[in-house]
Amino acid sequence: MALSKKFFPLEYYSQPINEGYQLLPIRFHRMKKGDYLITNMVGEHKIVNQEFLTRLVEGSVSIEDSEYNDLKAKHILMDRDSNVAIDLLSLKYRTKQYSISQFTALHIFVVSLRCDYTCKYCQVSRRMEGDNSFDMSENTALLALDLVFKSPSKAIKIEFQGGEPLLNFPVIKFIVEEALKINKTEERNLQFVITSNLTYLNEEVLEFCERHHIYISTSLDGPEALHNKNRPRPDKDGYQKTVDGIRIIQDYLGRDRVSALMTTTSESLEIPREIIDEYVRLDLHAVFLRPLSPYGFALKTKQMQKYNIDNWLQFYKEGLEYILDLNKSGYFLIEQYTLIILKKILTPSNPGYVDLQSPSGAGITAIVYNYDGDVYASDEARMLKEMGDDKFRLGSVHNNTYEEILLSDQLLDALEDSLTESVPMCTDCGLQTYCGSDPVYHYATQGDVVGKKPLSFFCKKNTSIIEHVFKLLEDPENKNILEGWIK
Amino acid sequence: MIKLQSQKNIITFDKNIVLILKVTTTPFLSKVLRNNKALILDYVTDHDIEGFGIVFSKKKEDSNINGVQYLDEDLHYLVDGDVIRVIPHRNSVRAIYRIESSANFLFVTERCNSYCLMCSQPPRKVNDSHLIEELIEAVPLIDKGAKELGITGGEPTLLGERFFTLVRVIKSNLPNTSLHILSNGRNFSDPKLALQLAKINHPDLMLGIPLYSDVSHIHDFVVQADGAFDETIRGILNLKRHLQKVEIRVVIHKQTYERLPQLAEFIGRNLQFIDHVALMGLEITGFTRANLDELWIDPIDYSDQLSEATRILSRYGVRVSIYNLQRCLIPRSQWKYAVKSISDWKNKYYEECNGCAEKNNCGGFFASSDIKRSKMINAIYEE
Repeated sequence: MALSKKFFPLEYYSQPINEGYQLLPIRFHRMKKGDYLITNMVGEHKIVNQEFLTRLVEGSVSIEDSEYNDLKAKHILMDRDSNVAIDLLSLKYRTKQYSISQFTALHIFVVSLRCDYTCKYCQVSRRMEGDNSFDMSENTALLALDLVFKSPSKAIKIEFQGGEPLLNFPVIKFIVEEALKINKTEERNLQFVITSNLTYLNEEVLEFCERHHIYISTSLDGPEALHNKNRPRPDKDGYQKTVDGIRIIQDYLGRDRVSALMTTTSESLEIPREIIDEYVRLDLHAVFLRPLSPYGFALKTKQMQKYNIDNWLQFYKEGLEYILDLNKSGYFLIEQYTLIILKKILTPSNPGYVDLQSPSGAGITAIVYNYDGDVYASDEARMLKEMGDDKFRLGSVHNNTYEEILLSDQLLDALEDSLTESVPMCTDCGLQTYCGSDPVYHYATQGDVVGKKPLSFFCKKNTSIIEHVFKLLEDPENKNILEGWIK
Repeated sequence: MIKLQSQKNIITFDKNIVLILKVTTTPFLSKVLRNNKALILDYVTDHDIEGFGIVFSKKKEDSNINGVQYLDEDLHYLVDGDVIRVIPHRNSVRAIYRIESSANFLFVTERCNSYCLMCSQPPRKVNDSHLIEELIEAVPLIDKGAKELGITGGEPTLLGERFFTLVRVIKSNLPNTSLHILSNGRNFSDPKLALQLAKINHPDLMLGIPLYSDVSHIHDFVVQADGAFDETIRGILNLKRHLQKVEIRVVIHKQTYERLPQLAEFIGRNLQFIDHVALMGLEITGFTRANLDELWIDPIDYSDQLSEATRILSRYGVRVSIYNLQRCLIPRSQWKYAVKSISDWKNKYYEECNGCAEKNNCGGFFASSDIKRSKMINAIYEE
């Protein structure tokens, strides 16, 4: 039986399709098994085989192909029947790039360089505990706050870092209270985070964090022996102090108010499960598996040379597999970097992660105010300066205006060179939309902000992780878990 | 099921006019309040019935009394606060607004620029512009406490300026009433129209706009209008640009169920800012009857696609509901999305529903399900 004769069949409305189609801007990437991942400029994708890809590019795919409707709906191709794809693509592109229009949201205050730890991978420079000439002054803090509120961003996050920021708690208090005062008229969505090793956590700090809903972020590298080896304290009690601190915050401020991240050393590589178990025991629900960064003490102590990218990727994959297993057993646990990649693949928005943006988020997504008022494009940029290279020092709160700092050649040149859309190799890469660039990293490792991608740890890491995530998404059970991470 | 309209009334005055009146059952009303009221009496005694817009008795014999009309039995449910339209020379009385119903829709035109395969209200090319004039007159009579009011057709925007006038009249008379407009959205592809609606600044207005596929040719086929997909999408974008609330309505049938998950994905990717998505079971009425073989699929056979669609939309943070589908025909996991959506004046239950523990949570069936319904209807018992 057919339609009543007043109606036209589907074939009638499909006629314009037979006149052919045009490809919308796409890139493709050969996956491990030989299939090709097709991506468009806003992260929509379809995996096809080589024969199909060839036909698609030649223009010989037709509505007879079962993939046709998917490719059309995902705005990989456009046919004569409809041109609203252009409106939608531009809308989605604006959505993906929205964070750039918002400008700097994350403002990092290095309130002290002092620290009670002597971590062998410390990427920042540390000073002895007693020496408060490396503390941020109230005057510097006020000038930095002026710049913070010059940013047009509706959301402002102020993060306190160090050294150990709690060693200069009075200035943290001062900054929070002054920022809140300014915000009475500014009315931004204002948030605070303290990145601390928790040694100096006390009643006063907790009470203050409670009153102003401050989040706390800390480092937990794994089991006691590993943690204490990576992060030595004179009293060899770093692990215990960290774990106790996490529990106190969970009880006092709330379960969601503390998070931890880990740094991978060569000693970590063999024990991803044991490291993750530490997080589960502490009822933490997020792990951030991070490789070493090539700055500061990590270079000085030759930590960087002890493992290569393949070792680390092996560690990451094993860790992620274990995390998925834990989820399957009912324990909700996310891996932060994977989540960032997932959001880029599976949602129309952009998670706004500094190192996975184009242009790079250095300076424009996050900016660093050093204890002395110097302004840097990133935490890593500050470290470069400590190593004697002021390539990414943008100015000082004492001498420069907001415009001078954010329109400085140091920043603009680096950003211009960080556009993956035009960077050699990135420009053709099928994973471009999920990746980003890190000019400071490439400058530090290769002496060039663009860098040669075949030699880049950054490129290898992201390519492998993105490929791996796509592989995981092929399995329905994993897919369900991974999608569940995106709130 | 109740009837909204009857022509079996006996109305003896034969003036060629249309009366829009509010129902009252109180004959003692002050004279000053009587002129836009329809007095409905069980029977007439020696009441003073001077000054009412019309007087009805529920007793047929009373129509012999001068100035008293007979109200057909089908409309005896009318109560104080209802609003009716009376066309005396046709003996016609129609309920425009029923105070006890939660689903009052103002039917503004039979005309439409689409011709959907499953249209429950087949469009006609008629000049029915009197309808909207009657409704504009009726709005001030509607109870100020009304929670919700709908506008439907046909395609309301075909009325042009008068459509916007109706919305403005509703806003000024019923500022606390949610307004739900069913439109195919195509005319809002003109940015000026979207702006015009936004400028009325109704505090609680939602447009329900159908989208049947993630690809243009299938949507255009379902609505039988070339280019409709692009127009609807642009209409939605224009409305959202002006911060109007938009709901996407998807009727699930044989031509739409297969790509339901892909449609959900399309909405999540492209229209994530949409305010609500309603996934709707098919009503066997209007054109659906003519095209039944090309449209009917037992809901039990698309439960996978339905579950996948709600999962995808939820993942994108898009609010989703299931309308017109009975609890026994959808997976338990989907119950949380299912809404009792079938209007009280057209729903019913079947023998199989007897003893069903979920009957109170279930919308029941359209009366039209007599023609075709799932083979799997069965009572659900407490576990």
